[in-house]
Formats: sequence, structure tokens, C-alpha cells
Amino acid sequence: MSTEIQQPADAEADEMAAHAAEVAAPDVIANSLGEYARIWLSRVRGGESGALPVILGLGAIVAYFQIRTSLFLSAGNLVNLMSQAAWIVTLGMAEVFVLLLGEIDLSIGYSSAMGAVITLWMVSPGNHFPWWIAALAGLAVPAVYSAVQAVLITRLRAPSFVVTLGGLLMGEGLLLFLINNAAPNSGGIIRLPATNVLYYIENSNVNPAADWVIMAAAVVLSGIAFWVRDSRRRASNLAAPPASVTALKIAVMAVAGVIIVLIGNTNRGRFVTAVRGLPWVVLVVTVLLIAWSVLLGRTRFGRYVYAIGGNAEAARRSGINLTRVRVLAFGLCGLTAGLMGIILASQQGGMSTNVNGGQNVLYAVAAAVIGGTSLFGGRGRMLGALLGGLIVAVIYNGLSLLGLGDAAQYMWTAAVLLAAVAVDTLARRRRPDQT
Amino acid sequence: MTAPNTAAPVSAQQQEQPLLRLVGMGKNFGPVRALQNVDLDIPAGQVTAILGDNGAGKTTLIKCISGIWQPDHGHVIWQGRNVTLHTPKDATDLGIATVYQDLALCDNLDIVQNMFLGRELTRRYQLDEINMELSAKQTMKDLAVMSVRSIRQPVGSLSGGQRQAVAVAKAVMREAKLVIMDEPTAALGVSQTRVVLNLIRQLASQGIAAIVISHNLNDVMSVADRLAVLYLGRLAAVGPKSDFDAQVVVDLMTTGTSRRLAEQASPGND
Repeated sequence: MSTEIQQPADAEADEMAAHAAEVAAPDVIANSLGEYARIWLSRVRGGESGALPVILGLGAIVAYFQIRTSLFLSAGNLVNLMSQAAWIVTLGMAEVFVLLLGEIDLSIGYSSAMGAVITLWMVSPGNHFPWWIAALAGLAVPAVYSAVQAVLITRLRAPSFVVTLGGLLMGEGLLLFLINNAAPNSGGIIRLPATNVLYYIENSNVNPAADWVIMAAAVVLSGIAFWVRDSRRRASNLAAPPASVTALKIAVMAVAGVIIVLIGNTNRGRFVTAVRGLPWVVLVVTVLLIAWSVLLGRTRFGRYVYAIGGNAEAARRSGINLTRVRVLAFGLCGLTAGLMGIILASQQGGMSTNVNGGQNVLYAVAAAVIGGTSLFGGRGRMLGALLGGLIVAVIYNGLSLLGLGDAAQYMWTAAVLLAAVAVDTLARRRRPDQT
Repeated sequence: MTAPNTAAPVSAQQQEQPLLRLVGMGKNFGPVRALQNVDLDIPAGQVTAILGDNGAGKTTLIKCISGIWQPDHGHVIWQGRNVTLHTPKDATDLGIATVYQDLALCDNLDIVQNMFLGRELTRRYQLDEINMELSAKQTMKDLAVMSVRSIRQPVGSLSGGQRQAVAVAKAVMREAKLVIMDEPTAALGVSQTRVVLNLIRQLASQGIAAIVISHNLNDVMSVADRLAVLYLGRLAAVGPKSDFDAQVVVDLMTTGTSRRLAEQASPGND
């Protein structure tokens, strides 16, 4: 036994390295394109599949609808789909902030509508507030609403499910109160004037030439950012993806950008006048996605959100102010929900007391979970919420094209949600950490 | 049973100021005297093992050192200065790091992220992943316990010994001068135990003081430079490892005295 103890730990180190090859991201340990592909495949088999199942599922659903009706992949319908998906994608991204903490915010369906009502009241003909001040107010109200609930959650150490359930009920009451006061005798509807900038978000398109310029600028800038980051890693002698992989990523991004802009810039006018260009809301959601992904992935705040979701006690012992991070995350959740409220009001041309905030927020949770976010915290990404929200919107859009109604839509969404959870759970069983 | 696997710097190198000196420490819980009049020196660069049966006061002692509890009597003298540790943070700020049994790591974060948790380096408001990774890699290399190739794998995928290593590396990275480890080898297999024991020796060779609490005599005898045996809240014996053998330690742990130790002439306080 003593000879064994004298042995250096080489064998063990090798074993660890072999193990690491299957667990660490290929980005940081592969040295060639071939090795990258091999590690990536072994991770998929090992349950670390990332966005792959969501993308495959989205592809399968899209293929099904395209086979059933050739209208599905027409430019007109795809642009329509983007407009329809915008609110659920945005609300899904809002929910990711709190789901990552291992919490939930049920109140954002109604608080977003409350914010929208305040915005609509401020831009209504009698009040003349500039659209951007009204929009800021519409973002601030749900942000504060969620942050206050977060203070209650952290102070009382109460479960967020219960506190935000109270927030949901309170929000529904406040919404009715606000609409009835802001637009009395209007049948519970407050309208957004079609001449307002906020109405253009969902109902007006970016100039086709500007689409190309913005897309090219975005691809070039993020391409440079990727390239510089990977080059710096290589220069520091850290394991980095090979240049070919970096180039491949940038190429995929460019191709995706070109396809989206081509779809948006195809004439979809049904009559004499041509209709071209991507809706403004696509730009809004893209900017939001990039901003929140950077915030979660590349800042201290984002790191702390993941840390608290992973092990709150460890985060506390490391000197992280749990209360501050939690309140801030709930506030950002509410802020993003406020944006969703404005998008929804823009899409519908106003806000009414019929808005189903309870169901909307559950759709948002479904979008996030379909996109791979764990309800137990610590795992999930903004991009996942985008993909999950797209799946929900594709189901709605495709079934509407097929002339099937709400009944089919609910059942399809339920099936996809259960399939997503099943795939995720089965994949996680094969993973060593079980989180 | 096994010889220590690293040459221990047992030499009487320092009779100067110890890193940490406990003088007349006492702690009562109601009528229970958990600690009575404990005098203990913790020198830098050495591994001090604290032994004792259940209820001997081991945990009380380290909780008083790590700022979780305040002693009722006595002083804590840190680098020659009398200090009062009101909170764990006071202890951490001085350079006293405690690695708990539950380890307090985030399973969903990778090794670098865990090691820098709460103290991330930033560059233009963004996390400076490159410098954090280089620095973490260097620390792991200095501790000579882990394959550096795996430094970006999530901690949840590590084995028990590797997790312990990450927790210790995290403490070292925070410039700890004294690392307290509570049962570091409990629940570990043979090869993982060896990794952790190597790690503790590495700490000492870098001039860091270590306090190890353990029930496992084999581990203690192979890793410690000095032993302190507690019995019912009192310090039964303390001294360099060469003063003790396994039988003496067992006698001290179970009865508080050892005839064989007495026969070896004065046990001496160092």
C-alpha cells in the first residue's frame, strides 16, 4: 500500500483529462476542427446537448407544417410568425432571469399589461407625453412591481411562487382599475393611436436597404468580437477553439442573418403595393437578446445569478449579496416584461381587460423550459427562451393556417412541453452532475 | 502503518512568533464546558492535526478560530496581534479560510468560476475570463493536484477529492494564510484521499498553515507535522508528530492520558 501512495498521480490525471474531454465545452478544450466535432458529439451523447434538441424539434415542427400547407414557409407567413412570436419570446426571456435563480415570477403577465396601460394612457390624445417617456414609464412600473415582490420574498424568506401568485391576483385587480380609470366608458379597452411610434414596432417595417446594413454591421461586429476573444485565448496559451471553428461560427451567423433579411425583404404585398422589410420588433427582440445574453454570460451580475441558482449558500459564503442580486434579477424580469407589454399593445393596437395575464406568464415559463431552462435554477440561456418561444409561436401559427382552433393549439403546446421536459430529464440522467 | 509520503519539515525551524496562538481559550454552552483553557500554537508552513473523540471540542475550537462563535475566555493572537473575530468575515479578512465538509461549491459553475466566485476580475465591466483562467491554472499547478486540462469543467462533474481540491484552491487564491479543513478525507476513496493528503502537504510547503480535523489516524499520521489531542474540552497533549505513535494517540483520545507518553519523559509544549 505504501508503494501505491508513493506513486505520482499520473494515472489519475490521465483519467481526469479523459473525463474532462467529455464534460468540458469543446470550445475550451478542442484543438482542431475534427477534435471539436468529436467532443461535441460525445457531449451530445452524454446529455450535454445544449440547444440541439430544441433546434431539431423546431425543424421537425416546421417541416410538418410545410408538408401540410405550402403557405407555411412563404415570406408573408414567416414575417407574420416573427410578429406573433415577439411577445412570447420577450416574456420568456423575462422569466429566464428568475428561473435561473430557482425562483418564479407569476405576476409579469399582468404587470406587463399594467405597464402598457400606463404607457397608452400617457400617449393618448389628451396627454401628449412623448412616446419614449411613456415607454420608460411602461418599463419602470413592472420592474418596480417585480422588485418589490422580490424584497418581500427575500425579507420574509417566502416562496416566490406564493408571493408572485399574490402579485398576479393583485395585478389583475390593478389592471382593471387602471383601464377603467384611464379609459372610462370605453368597454375596458385603451387604444394605441396608429400614428404613434410605439404602434410602428409591430406594424411598420425597417427599410430593406437598412435591413442589409444593420445585419451586415451586426455580423461584422460580433464576428470581430468572437475572433478577438478566441485569438486572445490562443495567444494566452489557453485552450481555445481552432480558428476554423471560430470562422465556421461566424459563417453560420452570417448565413442566418442573410436568410432572415432575405425573408423580410421579399415582397409580401398581396395587392399592387409592395411590402418589404423586417418588422421593427425583430430588431427590438434581437437587441434585447444580445444585451441580456451579454449581461448573463459576461458580467459579474450574470455570474452571480447562475451561482445563486446553483448553490445559494456557496454564493453567500463567497461574499455575494444575495438580496441585491435577487432584487435586481426580479427587477430586470419585470423590465423585460414591461417591454413585452408594449409589444403586445403594439400588436393588438391597444390593451384590454380581456388580456389573459395568467395564461401568458405560463406560456412564458413553457417557452423558457422548452428552451432548456431548469426550474431548479442555475441552468438556462436567453437563446433558449427565444427558441422555445418560437416553437410555441410556430405551433399557434401553423395550426391557424391549417384551420385548427384553440383546442388543437393547447394540446400541441402541451405535448411539446412534455416532450421537452422528457428529453431534458432523460439527457440529464446520463450526466454526471445531475443538476 | 504508512510512512508520510512527503518529507515533513519537522525541523525546529521556528521558535519565533507562531502564525496563530490561542491562549487560555474557553467556551461554555450553558453548564457544558465545551472548551477549557486551551493553549495552542499554529505555526506557518506546518500541518497541525486536531484529534479527539466525538464531543471532545474539535468543532467548537475551529468555530472559535473561524469567527462563527466567540470564545468566552482567552485570546486569539494572530501574527502577534490580539484579535477578536466577531464574524466569519473577520476571519476571512485576516486570511483564515475554512473549508467545510459540504464544501460550498456551485455545481453548475466550472472550476475557474468557482475559484473566483465573488471576486471576479473584470475588464471594461466584462468578466476577464482569460486572466482568471490563467491565474486559476497557476494556483492549481502550484498545488500540483489536478489535471489543468479540465479546468473548465463544471464542478458537479468532479469527484469528491477533486472538489476538495477546488475548495482549497479557492481558499489559497484568496490569499489564505491558514486553511482549516474539517474532516477533509471523510467519504473519500483511497486514491482521492491520497490526492487530498498531497494537497495538504503542498499547502504547507508553500508556507501556509493548515489545521486538519480528522478521525482517521492513518491520514493524520501521514500528513501532520504536529498533533493536538483534545479530550473532553481540554488539550490532552500537543507536540510534533515524532512525540506520538498511534497507540499513544488512541490512549489520549479515549482517556485523556497515556502512560507510554509519560514514560517517554516530558511531553513538552513544543
